[in-house]
Amino acid sequence: MARKTTQTRKAVVTIAAWLIGIVIFFPILWTILMSFKSEGDAIKAPLAMLSSPWTLESYGEVQARSNYALHFWNSVVLSLGSTLLALLIAIPAAWAMAFVPGKRTKDLLMWMLSTKMMPAVGVLVPMYLMFRDLGLLDSRIGLVGVLTLINLPIVIWMLYTYFKEIPGEILEASRMDGASLRSEILYVLTPMAVPGIASTMLLNIILAWNEAFWTLQLTTSKAAPLTQFIASYSSPEGLFYAKLSAASTMAIAPILILGWFSQKQLVRGLTFGAVK
Amino acid sequence: MGKITLSNVRKSFGEVDVIPSLDLSIENGEFVVFVGPSGCGKSTLLRLIAGLEDTTSGAIEIDGKDATTLPPAKRGLAMVFQSYALYPHMSVKKNILFPLKMAGMDPAEAEKRVANAAKVLNLTNYLDRRPGQLSGGQRQRVAIGRAIVREPAAFLFDEPLSNLDAALRVNMRQEISELHQTLKTTMIYVTHDQVEAMTMADKIVVLNAGRIEQVGSPLELYRAPANTFVAGFIGSPKMNLLGGAAAEQVGATTLGIRPEHIDIVEDGPWRGVVGLSEHLGSDTFLKVNVEGIGTLTVRGSGEIPQRHGDSIALRPQADKLHRFGPDGKALK
Repeated sequence: MARKTTQTRKAVVTIAAWLIGIVIFFPILWTILMSFKSEGDAIKAPLAMLSSPWTLESYGEVQARSNYALHFWNSVVLSLGSTLLALLIAIPAAWAMAFVPGKRTKDLLMWMLSTKMMPAVGVLVPMYLMFRDLGLLDSRIGLVGVLTLINLPIVIWMLYTYFKEIPGEILEASRMDGASLRSEILYVLTPMAVPGIASTMLLNIILAWNEAFWTLQLTTSKAAPLTQFIASYSSPEGLFYAKLSAASTMAIAPILILGWFSQKQLVRGLTFGAVK
Repeated sequence: MGKITLSNVRKSFGEVDVIPSLDLSIENGEFVVFVGPSGCGKSTLLRLIAGLEDTTSGAIEIDGKDATTLPPAKRGLAMVFQSYALYPHMSVKKNILFPLKMAGMDPAEAEKRVANAAKVLNLTNYLDRRPGQLSGGQRQRVAIGRAIVREPAAFLFDEPLSNLDAALRVNMRQEISELHQTLKTTMIYVTHDQVEAMTMADKIVVLNAGRIEQVGSPLELYRAPANTFVAGFIGSPKMNLLGGAAAEQVGATTLGIRPEHIDIVEDGPWRGVVGLSEHLGSDTFLKVNVEGIGTLTVRGSGEIPQRHGDSIALRPQADKLHRFGPDGKALK
């Protein structure tokens, strides 16, 4: 039965949706606006701040004071590295769970998800000590490992739900057609699963890029990604709103652009299987 | 060649014995239909032959060679699935070409075979389309095409027509029968539809709870069902199975009489009232409530005048009675 939609109702819903959208986006917008103000103007009352002159001064200072390129590169290495490693482990794992499930597969999946419910700070001390003893503090290798492990449950879950949607009969048909396990994976399953793998990869890159607990605790300079770069401007001794905003804008810009161009893929990946 | 022999084949899933123990021989070139109600193990049996399931015990031989532990790819069989199981990311041509590519066939020869199969199956104009752009019947033809290009030892069909509408099903049924006459290759066909079984098979295997109830030609099963299960399953509408006094009179526990073997007469041994009459044009099916016996289904000509509430007399054809003993087996 079609629902009756009056013009007023439509208008109200549209306005409400825009309002919610603006409220959610507002902090990011405000950060971007503030990054184009001088330090003095940034602490003025909101309206006065908006009417003050625009400047790139904060960006210049941030560039001069810290090594953006290094942090950016670290973020790229950490997010891409941990994503590729997670996919390497998760694809065979999700495969086995989806197509050759055992008695405990469901329990295993739930257990993996439950690890995400544990507050990270609970294992901070042992993790820190382990990192210290293994000489992994402030190293990219150590952090890639941590980021891989914390996102692995989500990656496996996403791929598992995606693989579950691929009818087993198609894989059986390929076996009947004489395909070896390798050919089955290469010519039948992978081409069918590419959209799922791609959206999982995108989401994991975003999660890893934004991860701010372990990256702040386990790095100082050498392996520090953009989260550490932002944090270095949040000083307790003074108000550096403009510089902090400039640093934040520079840190979120790459992932915002990636997200913008891949939003269709992301939405499809996240809602896959929800509606048949 | 395509002779398939099953000896003592057993299959259990955990504690459940799906197929307790089964022997069956399928001759080269035969069209064999496995038929039975849902959950009788017919699809499992087909998957065991295909190699998609492992046997719990027993042996499967294909052309005299032990194939029990061979993977599906090495058994030389082709299968058509209920859902067609086409590769959605490949064109029709690539779908049909896939098994030949897997076999490492010379590309020129492979192209030739695909062109031939496409011609036989009326798919020549659709070779560049994806499965998603085809109708159900066309998809089924692609699935058959993918099976025939390999020239397998035998074809396995797992309820291939159940996703098609009634009219298309009749067409495809005839096409598969014609294909069998042309190729003369062994075909094993699984269905729950006894009409498909009767019309297509050289040999029907009736299965119930993983056991073979009877093996025989369609007419053998129709004329001489081995037990009440087969009697009730083969034939449409179903055979009337009567207990009580009617059966005792002929020295049986259960008396079977097919609806088409009961005549509507002026005066007969059974009298009753028509409960329901279904006029199909060519035939009329009557449900008659007979005193002391119960409800009987009677098949009459399309023109009979009886309607709901009419009193009629019935006479079973004496030479068409089926007598079954207390264990449900046919009495000689």
